[in-house]
Amino acid sequence: MTQNDTPLEIAGKQYHSRLLVGTGKYKDMEQTRLALEASGAEIVTVAVRRSNIGQNPDEPNLLDIITPDKYTILPNTAGCYTADDAVRTCKLARELLDGHDLVKLEVLADEKNLFPDVRQTLKAAEVLVKDGFKVMVYTSDDLLIAKELEQIGCVSVMPLAAPIGSGLGVRNPYNIRFIIEELKCPVLVDAGVGTASDSAVAMELGCDGVLMNTAIAAAKNPVLMASAMKKAIEAGREAYLAGRMPRKRYASASSPVDGTFF
Amino acid sequence: MDMIQITLNGENTEVAAGLTAAQLVEQMGLVGKRIAMEVNQEIVPRSTFPEHSFSVGDSIEIVHAVGGG
Repeated sequence: MTQNDTPLEIAGKQYHSRLLVGTGKYKDMEQTRLALEASGAEIVTVAVRRSNIGQNPDEPNLLDIITPDKYTILPNTAGCYTADDAVRTCKLARELLDGHDLVKLEVLADEKNLFPDVRQTLKAAEVLVKDGFKVMVYTSDDLLIAKELEQIGCVSVMPLAAPIGSGLGVRNPYNIRFIIEELKCPVLVDAGVGTASDSAVAMELGCDGVLMNTAIAAAKNPVLMASAMKKAIEAGREAYLAGRMPRKRYASASSPVDGTFF
Repeated sequence: MDMIQITLNGENTEVAAGLTAAQLVEQMGLVGKRIAMEVNQEIVPRSTFPEHSFSVGDSIEIVHAVGGG
């Protein structure tokens, strides 16, 4: 953790890493494990899918590698297009993880851009919070929706930087900034970062953390990118805490103007 | 043996009448795996697998964790 910083607190638990990572799209379990380790992440997302009949019994289970004693497992509702499906997925995840009730809610609206359906997201969030879930919610960068999700009782609001898996970076820093300023709960950028500098930009805006998957998994060297992301998150956080210099239109000499001998 | 029709992970299938959730998990080779089950969109807690038997037309989903963001 960065010096002079306080830990990130989500649903009453403190974390020293502000980088949250997904486990999708890796070449194999070993690469997943190494990338996770290099990222230093403490919160790790997983998806919930059907167990196939006749599945290879020797195939390692993801939860044997990402063990709940080492990581906080954050099951997601990826692939859900309705509030009902998202709620069902969360209930199955809670059963799968022995009552662990921290979930990442995402309800999608469109296959092409994977933008969230905020109406269904709000509906699902209400049901889940009432049922005792601690909801970290993926949403658009719309301040009013973000506020409403916080009022419902979500433990973290996670606006997108850009479409999921696009790697386009923070497309609308001003909207992200509004959300950070207005909400009391942790605001994480979820989705859209492509490389280390994108993560640093998100953190410099004052985000409490960044959640990413493809930026690491789809890098040529995912383990090295995981390490780069870890440093970028820390660098961005330190820069935010340090407070950047004001932007000026003209130059300002760094060396003394007086005392020249020429 | 009496057989009943159920839907298992989206596939229509026949199982023995009176089959329990525990027996189904065994038949699927999933014993000891971290899985969760719902029947007709209601969670069946793992602790109740030995007693839970299926009825005609049940829709069963068995899931596990996979890589995802």
